[in-house]
Amino acid sequence: MTDGTADPGFVSETEEAEATEEAEAAEEATVTLRVWRGDAAGGDLVDYTLPANEGEVVLDVVHRIQATLAPDLACRWNCKAGKCGSCSSEINGKPGLMCMTRVDELPEGPITVTPMRTFPILRDLVTDVSFNYEVAKRVPAFAPLPAGPEGYRMQQVDVERGQEFRKCIECFLCQDVCHVIRDHEDNKQHYAGPRFFIRLAELEMHPLDTNDRRELVRQRMGIGLCNITKCCTEVCPEHIKITDNAIIPLKERVVDSSYDPVAWLGRKILGRHKRTAEEAAAAAPH
Amino acid sequence: MTTFDNPTVTPVAIGGTRGGPDAPTLRQDRWWVQPLVTVTALTAFVVYSAWAVFVNKDYYVGVAMHRDLISPFYSPCIAASCVPGARGTAVVAGWWHITPALIVMGGPLGFRLTCYYYRRAYYRGFWQSPPNCAVADGHRRYTGESRFPLILQNIHRYFFFIGLLFNVILTIDAVMAFRMPGAGGIGFSAGTLVLCVNAVLLWLYSLSCHAARHLCGGGVRKFSAHPIRHRVWRVLTPLNAHHMQLAWASLLFVAFADLYVRLVASGVITDPKLF
Repeated sequence: MTDGTADPGFVSETEEAEATEEAEAAEEATVTLRVWRGDAAGGDLVDYTLPANEGEVVLDVVHRIQATLAPDLACRWNCKAGKCGSCSSEINGKPGLMCMTRVDELPEGPITVTPMRTFPILRDLVTDVSFNYEVAKRVPAFAPLPAGPEGYRMQQVDVERGQEFRKCIECFLCQDVCHVIRDHEDNKQHYAGPRFFIRLAELEMHPLDTNDRRELVRQRMGIGLCNITKCCTEVCPEHIKITDNAIIPLKERVVDSSYDPVAWLGRKILGRHKRTAEEAAAAAPH
Repeated sequence: MTTFDNPTVTPVAIGGTRGGPDAPTLRQDRWWVQPLVTVTALTAFVVYSAWAVFVNKDYYVGVAMHRDLISPFYSPCIAASCVPGARGTAVVAGWWHITPALIVMGGPLGFRLTCYYYRRAYYRGFWQSPPNCAVADGHRRYTGESRFPLILQNIHRYFFFIGLLFNVILTIDAVMAFRMPGAGGIGFSAGTLVLCVNAVLLWLYSLSCHAARHLCGGGVRKFSAHPIRHRVWRVLTPLNAHHMQLAWASLLFVAFADLYVRLVASGVITDPKLF
């Protein structure tokens, strides 16, 4: 081939050798998942090595482990599309959804998959997240005024405000990563956590809602325990700006109601009533 | 002083054995870099600013050099100990004879100490609570900002207003830096540029503040009933998204502005007139 034109049928020995090497490498490529296996009695990390498949997410590999190596591996999952919030776990120590974490985006070497640390273990990768459901019962429900003759009417600008918060898929990764309860179990008694601060912010910003939950948020939901380190925002798979758009606005509303002397004076002069935590909580389902 | 006036709440299920290895963290990335950079940068700023405050000289470039440049650390210079020319229109603290910078540093320092971004930075970096996400908290007991002294973080909005006052003063300083006393007239030197950029960054940092966003309109329940406040909120919200970057940029530039004025005042460099 001295004239520089390529012969489509010609493959040099070097290219052939490279192609063979690549094919062999692809054949030999493996992925190792280091999965925590155990229950409340104890457990350990167990390595599972399988052939690597292109484009897989961690949940795919977990399913292949279930299908081939460990049929008794417990794992919670549902939609495999990042919308049900079931497959929350910790991948290489970082809270995330297994179905949204691509294997080829993780560093070389074994991938550690462990259950969410903040909640009690049931088995393997499955945790008991009922703490969150208990907290949910303590959040006072939407309390609108009676509907007018035309029903309820809202301006688009008011509708849009709460849409971000409604994206929450309740994966509880924000609750898992929040060090207030992750590292201090005793705080679970009086701390709602980021997921419920989103809910409370949504209600407090709702134009039709009549409840005033600020004292409740301060006294019983523990907004003061949050030190705004923004980990909840970092792990949210829906990219909700939890800290900037929900927690800090809630904190500022609590400042209005409890720590701002000018606001206090204004309430006294105008005779405005601040609803107590008990009054606000009366609308809670539990 | 506690947040929990009434700690009797509906009990939630707590306890139970947690799964996973009992290790401070399983993270494999370099999670320690971020808090280390924060600690290094903030410590460097504190050390430099402490030196700049207590050195009490070379903070003003006056008529002798045909300039009117004052370090942001020393403005407004309202003490009897201020060098001639640097003094503001009134000597408020005539009884103050040590470094005048100590009088003015309280406001900006309080604003930054109670700032939501800096809180995140120093809680992670210095207080290790937590050092980074999914890394164990460095403390066995934790009460957050629910008790004294950290409950005082709630006065951030008042420091915001104090910060605005300083922004006005430093903007006046930047305008005054267009004066070329002695040589006559108006001019624009590198020093003028430095003080102008400093003032702009400080305004952007202040206006991106979370308290500002709440006070201007975020605190209302119904945007449609407050169209002007909603419009202001819509302007400040994108700025608020860059609060961290503006916090760092304004912090570092304040130190740079002080250093620039100091180098000119001490004769190490001359302040070039650009036009």
